[in-house]
Amino acid sequence: MLKRRDFVRHLLIDRGNLLVVPGLGSATYDVAAAGDHPLNFYLWGAMGGTAMIGLGLALARPDRRVAVLTGDGDMLMGLGSLATIGVKQPGNLVIVVLDNARYGETGMQPSATAAGIDFVAMALACRFKSARAISRIEEAADTRKLLHEGAGPILVNARIGCDDVPRVLPLRDGHAIKQRFIDALNTA
Amino acid sequence: MHTPLNVETSWPDAIYAQFRRVDIRQVGYVPDAGHSRLIALCRDDPNIADVVLTTEEEGVGLVAGAALGGQRTALLMQSSGVGNCVNMFSLLRNCGFGCVVLVTMRGEFGEFNQWQVPMGAITEEVLRLCGFLTYRAESADAVDEIVGAGCDMAFNGNLQVAILLSQRLIGPKQWTR
Repeated sequence: MLKRRDFVRHLLIDRGNLLVVPGLGSATYDVAAAGDHPLNFYLWGAMGGTAMIGLGLALARPDRRVAVLTGDGDMLMGLGSLATIGVKQPGNLVIVVLDNARYGETGMQPSATAAGIDFVAMALACRFKSARAISRIEEAADTRKLLHEGAGPILVNARIGCDDVPRVLPLRDGHAIKQRFIDALNTA
Repeated sequence: MHTPLNVETSWPDAIYAQFRRVDIRQVGYVPDAGHSRLIALCRDDPNIADVVLTTEEEGVGLVAGAALGGQRTALLMQSSGVGNCVNMFSLLRNCGFGCVVLVTMRGEFGEFNQWQVPMGAITEEVLRLCGFLTYRAESADAVDEIVGAGCDMAFNGNLQVAILLSQRLIGPKQWTR
């Protein structure tokens, strides 16, 4: 099992021009803990919508790489978006599911992935170019490479532990998060 | 040579022309018979990414992502789809993403299927509660002006605008068998 903070920190080392969309809750805290960055579009809501935000961004900016980092609960709520993304085949989009098989924000209740529901199989069925499951920190470097160079759409299911980690809270004002992102994208 | 348009049948073309005028580059939709010509026009346009959604709320995320990347998006849906979007619409208000939603109305004038009525009857109120400005087009000759004004308000002011295309305009769905 991966430790979520170590894993996300590895993924975002030397991130360069990478555009990052973290899903609400722990994924947003993990990305913030790895280092605040204007090209993070932190979500504090919109559960189920993270992958679609990634798709809209990937279609609008085919010259840039887009990474969606989100939890299993958020991905389960937006399963249909795997089909929608599969239709459009964005080559620059990678989804990393931080899968602890739990709803961490609400008391660690088991999610569907605890019963073996499999995002990798679903992504492949939805014509993702590749999909894989990982569970060891030694696999983080390969995943990081996929974020920057892999032929998308790609899904990586990262099995993480259920350890409780301190919350790291980034910006919460939606207008500020949006405008900071747009300004940084226009100048970088 | 300029060919006069038949305004009774060309209102989807008027919407499409407004999309081009305001540089809409992504169009998300769950198909509806009333939107079929507009969807075909968007699909044929290499400058527009047409995104067929599995459920309308996906389109709200699409709008946000496209705007982060500098592109404008329109969503096409039937009135029933508005109900699928309610929580996700919060994203547009929280961050101030300009958005135009074109809603083909069911469950009103001449509706044959009463199962469409409960959502159709509250669609405009739901949109308003979610923070949208709403405008209704009741006749074909009003569509161009309303859509044009709606797009300008949405994208100049980062507002959420919904344009309801009435069932009287579209024509009630025919039930022939």
